[in-house]
Amino acid sequence: MSLKRTLIATLLLGTLTTFSTSFAADKTFVYCSEGSPSGFNPQFYTDGTTFDAAGQSIYNRLVEFKPGETSISPALAESWEISADGTVYTFKLRKGVKFQTTKNFTPTRDFNADDVVFSFNRQLQKDHPYHKVSNGAYEYFTAMSMPDLLKSVEKVDDLTVRFTLARPEAPMLANLAMDFASILSAEYADAMMKAGTPEVVDNDPVGTGPFQLVAYQKDAMIRYKAHPDYWEGKPKIDNLVYAITPDNAVRWQKLQAGECHLMPFPNQADLEAMRKNPDMQVLEQEGLNIGYFAYNTQKKPFDDVRVRKALNMAINKPAIVEVVYQGAGKVAKNPIPPTMWGYNDAVQDDPYDVEGAKKLLAEAGVKDLKTNIWAMPVQRPYNPNARRMAEMIQADWKAIGVEAEIVTYEWAEYLERSKKGEHDTLLMGWTGDNGDPDNFLATLLGCDAVKDGSNRAFWCNNEFNDLVVKAKTLSSQDERAKLYQQAQEVFKKEAPWATIAHSVVHEVARKNVTGYKQSPFGLHVFKYVDLAE
Amino acid sequence: MLKFIFNKLLMLIPTLLGITLAAFLFVRLLPGDPVTVLTGERGVSVERKAELMAQLGLDQPLIVQYGYYLKNILSGDFGQSIATHKPVIDEFFSRLPATLELAFAAMLIAVLLGVPAGIIAAIKRGHWPDHVVMGVALTGYSMPIFWWGLLLIILFSTTLGWTPVSGRIDLIKYYFEAETNFMLIDAWRSGQAGAFGSVVHHLILPAVVLSTIPMAVIARQTRSAMLEVLGEDYIRTAYAKGLSPTRVIMVHALRNALITVVTVIGLQVGSLMAGAVLTETIFAWPGIGKWMIEAIARRDYPAVQGGLLFIAVAVMLVNLLVDVLYGWINPRVRDGK
Repeated sequence: MSLKRTLIATLLLGTLTTFSTSFAADKTFVYCSEGSPSGFNPQFYTDGTTFDAAGQSIYNRLVEFKPGETSISPALAESWEISADGTVYTFKLRKGVKFQTTKNFTPTRDFNADDVVFSFNRQLQKDHPYHKVSNGAYEYFTAMSMPDLLKSVEKVDDLTVRFTLARPEAPMLANLAMDFASILSAEYADAMMKAGTPEVVDNDPVGTGPFQLVAYQKDAMIRYKAHPDYWEGKPKIDNLVYAITPDNAVRWQKLQAGECHLMPFPNQADLEAMRKNPDMQVLEQEGLNIGYFAYNTQKKPFDDVRVRKALNMAINKPAIVEVVYQGAGKVAKNPIPPTMWGYNDAVQDDPYDVEGAKKLLAEAGVKDLKTNIWAMPVQRPYNPNARRMAEMIQADWKAIGVEAEIVTYEWAEYLERSKKGEHDTLLMGWTGDNGDPDNFLATLLGCDAVKDGSNRAFWCNNEFNDLVVKAKTLSSQDERAKLYQQAQEVFKKEAPWATIAHSVVHEVARKNVTGYKQSPFGLHVFKYVDLAE
Repeated sequence: MLKFIFNKLLMLIPTLLGITLAAFLFVRLLPGDPVTVLTGERGVSVERKAELMAQLGLDQPLIVQYGYYLKNILSGDFGQSIATHKPVIDEFFSRLPATLELAFAAMLIAVLLGVPAGIIAAIKRGHWPDHVVMGVALTGYSMPIFWWGLLLIILFSTTLGWTPVSGRIDLIKYYFEAETNFMLIDAWRSGQAGAFGSVVHHLILPAVVLSTIPMAVIARQTRSAMLEVLGEDYIRTAYAKGLSPTRVIMVHALRNALITVVTVIGLQVGSLMAGAVLTETIFAWPGIGKWMIEAIARRDYPAVQGGLLFIAVAVMLVNLLVDVLYGWINPRVRDGK
């Protein structure tokens, strides 16, 4: 090699090394996400991926769920007071909170009451100048009954806001910790409205959260950098990258190859290999969920509680947990998970008793029952394999002389047909939104939910419904818990469902990931994450 | 030639109209609707559902909806995706470069390997090279893409560590603004050392997977077209004139066999699109195949309609190109003889 060539090669090598060191100095955390966000304004959407990518990364809320818990902690609000009748909430806001600076916007002021008023009134007031921007349908806001519940959101002074409710609503604070309640910048919104491009607010987000959006390449990646002036202190990682990887087998391969640091929703069958891999840590947490099996109580013979009880008694639930959840679940006896306050541990589950089931069926005068079991076509944390579960129930029922045909449809069709009540029995489930028992008991089993189609047992029991409705109006958690415990007894006695399992939710991280806590709501929050050297 | 192209273009219009109607009806014939999918396990009250359906214009009679749809298309408005609230045309064209890049690379591999393999098999008919090529082609053709993709990932990415598992570039090392969404071009223009190499590196495995079926088809068709041509009188004449075997095969035989091969290559564009759906899902490739699948699952009517229409136009244009190429290779086609 000539001297000239050697010199050039050395120079090139030198440049390359400098180049890679300059990157190595930056800590980049790569998350292999399961999908793409629908957008970057969490007020519009209802999917978890959007909440992770927008709500949890870019924005904050007045109150937030404590990391890894379902309880509430102060966030953009430092403190709050609730009036004696439970209808007026007054929030004292945090001082000195900075919004992110982006290429479209440089904030001139700190976060204040105007931002809170803007963020809620945009969703609440149909004549608000921003209400229709980006064709906004505020689905979660509506689903949580906010339009009926919120009378007004007003600024008292720069650092005080007042929410007035139409009726007392015990889960209100928990609702405010949800992603639809994220706080956007009113100053940015005004600037964009003046510029004639209001939709930019939703596409190029500006929040107070731990990360600010740098780039999004659809279905490929999202890139964020740490918000340098974040009010809880700058995150320890410099860049956060979402490598969008929908297939769970590929996510696992990427994690092993070091192409990402953390993956959600592993394939249950891979868990053993993941645990054995010395480079990995398998994180697990009891999910805030329930996988259930609902009887269509408006169809014969499922309108007879004895039939429902008998069918429940024939199901071998521990075997299902073993096979379908690969042991990563808990047999469920109540419709709410045991980690939730108000859980009634005194409730006795229906025993697994084949002979007893036969006897009870005979007592109800049911012979040679032919029915169907609807199995969901999708994998969910609360039910990783509905088809397998249906097959096991089918086999269990055969032992008591019940013939069941397994029916499945593509997801949209499944939802549509089951809402119309075409099923005899069906597998379904739920993951909680806000950690409040009302979010399970009223949403899935209340009389109003029959109309909405989320009560797929079509079960409207006045005793149960009165307890749940009353509990929502009380402010004392102890008193509410008592009512919910009674409601669970009624539920067990009436058996509109077979409660199958509460699943354990897994995530897998590389060994050097620290500071990450799993969220019971299935969210992915990276503000405290770090990478050990 | 221009008249030939013009006539072909004219014939596209009724086809396109048919496609808009087919796409429009196809998504609506599927049970379920966007609002049901959007609300999922939660459900939605009858009133709220009606309100949302009205907001989306889905409360109108079908014929009215179709009328609006056509009218909007004529003014260049392909509607907004229900899932993302963004114009369908933006959603589609921001993902198209990824699919084109992948499909082009796959087609390149398929042609560069498939055509020579077919020629060799034809020349060595009945001998071992023929058996090897046809055996490999048959295996490739029958391979389930999803399984094949995962197998290659496990072998080349996880076990041997030669290729990345998925994605389009090393996200930890490189970052630059996407200008064209053709990652090869963007990486080249970024000037970052190693970025272009990283993109090529990421492209190899998905392109190989996507090329498998077209390659097998092209190899088989080249072989049979060559065999047919090699039996013709003019080939015997060419040999009799004392031309070298290379000249006979490459000039006389191949040029005539090419007509069939070009047709097959043209037809493979459709199957590439179908293969892209799976390949893109395995390799987390942000193209239109994956996007369409998600749009169908979400009952995102405008996105599915727009996507199908654009894809159909693309396939038709490629077929037009093939027709034009025919005319160029074989003047008898052009003159309608």
